Amino acid sequence: MTARAEPAAQIAIAPHESLLGQAARRFVRHRLAMLGLAAILVIAVYAVVAPFLLQSPYKTDLRAIDKPPSAEHILGTDRSGRDVMARMSTGIRTSLIVGFGAVAIYLVIGTLIGLVGGFFGGALDQVLGRLTDTVLAIPTLLLIIVFVSVIGPSLISVIAVIGLLGWPQAARIVRGQILALREAEFISAARVVGLGNRRILGAHLLPNIIGPLTVVATFGVANAILLEAGLSFLGLGVQAPEPSLGNMILEARDGVVLKSLPWIWLPPGILISVTVLAVNFVGDGLRDALDPRSTRRL
Amino acid sequence: MTVLLEVRELSKHFTARGGLFRRAGAPVKAVDGVSFTLARGETLGLVGESGCGKSTLGRAILRLHEPTAGEVWLDGENVTALSGDALLEHRRCMQIIFQDPYASLNPRRTVAQAIREPLEVHRIGTPVERERRVDELLDVVGMRSSARNRYPHEFSGGQRQRIGIARALALDPALIVADEPVSALDVSVQSQVLNLIANLQRERGIAFLFISHDLAVIQHVSDVVAVMYLGRFVEMAPAAELYRRPRHPYTQALLSAVPQPDPARRAGRIVLQGDIPSPTDPPPGCPFHPRCPLAVDRCRGEVPALRAVAEGVSVACHLIE
Repeated sequence: MTARAEPAAQIAIAPHESLLGQAARRFVRHRLAMLGLAAILVIAVYAVVAPFLLQSPYKTDLRAIDKPPSAEHILGTDRSGRDVMARMSTGIRTSLIVGFGAVAIYLVIGTLIGLVGGFFGGALDQVLGRLTDTVLAIPTLLLIIVFVSVIGPSLISVIAVIGLLGWPQAARIVRGQILALREAEFISAARVVGLGNRRILGAHLLPNIIGPLTVVATFGVANAILLEAGLSFLGLGVQAPEPSLGNMILEARDGVVLKSLPWIWLPPGILISVTVLAVNFVGDGLRDALDPRSTRRL
Repeated sequence: MTVLLEVRELSKHFTARGGLFRRAGAPVKAVDGVSFTLARGETLGLVGESGCGKSTLGRAILRLHEPTAGEVWLDGENVTALSGDALLEHRRCMQIIFQDPYASLNPRRTVAQAIREPLEVHRIGTPVERERRVDELLDVVGMRSSARNRYPHEFSGGQRQRIGIARALALDPALIVADEPVSALDVSVQSQVLNLIANLQRERGIAFLFISHDLAVIQHVSDVVAVMYLGRFVEMAPAAELYRRPRHPYTQALLSAVPQPDPARRAGRIVLQGDIPSPTDPPPGCPFHPRCPLAVDRCRGEVPALRAVAEGVSVACHLIE
């Protein structure tokens, strides 16, 4: 059949593209974000693959203590003769697990509290809002230190503590978005059709806040990684001999290490900075891609 | 013609909610004791300035706002008393077309999802039948079925309004509240959408509560016109009668503001002084008296009731017998 003119139906000639497709295109064009994404991929591959290629991060070799980088130990060995490269790969894996794990926990809590408060409003919103303010007012690091010293430092407790304390920001953002969205006419339309609250929340409101949530999550991952490194550095996070970037840097408190054995503490320091920077770049890119109005040209 | 919709002394007052540390303010009387009836298949045009309560009235009838007082009877059933499943069941009979076609469709849901949703909620038909119904409805509003998997942002305002109309038609309602359905559209698109609505009404016998501030549009679509001022009806009359012989001073002023292309027929423009008073603090007596060129002492003290003054014509004014 050849093309025929249909006046009322001659519509939407623009190629079909979903909002997600448009966002993906904008994201791909964001140079820093792509750079960040590439860096994260390389780091992730390193974290997953390195343990299979390198020697065990726990194996001590007393004949090879404090050795500078060489063919055998690419980044040298530490004070117990353990391979720095291998320890770092396990450390960054821990960092990523903490980052994503903690954010997953607080995203669920924050989204739930923000959704409920913003949607139902009233006294419930007041109570949840004050609860959010209260948790925000607590000096996080101090509480974490208390928390960890009570329940004991470990990978799980670090994830749990960051997850249980990090939600207020997510809750606030979700609540704000919901407050604006619930007055939208398409929500009224859903009500007139007869939709219940649950379906309005799940099918109409939640999909519209996925964008901002993704951005919150990305920056949250970067923060959680930094926080974990800080805790481990203070000895409150992952415990030796389990390697973590934080407790690897901790070795630099020894003046000898700091001055003459830089390969022990410099690589984990650089790796953590690069990781956090890359995650933040991706966050910037996501924000610009998902909300074109906020785009800042670099 | 049988009565489809009867509204009895409907009021909707908004109260600025007093929080834990705030005091509640004076209520805004957006709709204040409105009564009217609408026959099956007829169109009631509701006209008035911004903020006079037109949209609130429409939404209170649909239970999008809970009415403060009064009753809405649709098809012999008291809608204001319904809740739960009974209300859900009743929603099939009444739908809405919104003003802003950019806000009334969820940006994350495709056209087919939007039109199918009412059918899913009310468990009408099998999935296959629903798909067929979506195509059918798209055809009715003049869109091709290739639109079904696209998102709202891929369409123009007029096309989106057609999608909104298709959604409103999905449940075969007896009443549609059209809340300024064309005022956000270009003039050329306006007429297309108006004609679509007129055709649908003729073919399907749907009653419309057509809300607009555009007197020409109202004249074009309405059987009966009601003029609203500060939450009340001031005049209600058959469209032809109202435009030929406006009785209430406010209606006269409104009609005199319509541009008249024929200079010979151009009557004197009645220019009102001042603004609509605040609905939190309406003036005593006739709400229109502060701006009325004909106001007398009685208007300042006594609220005029809406009374029948001729066949089908009701006016709320002390000066008209």
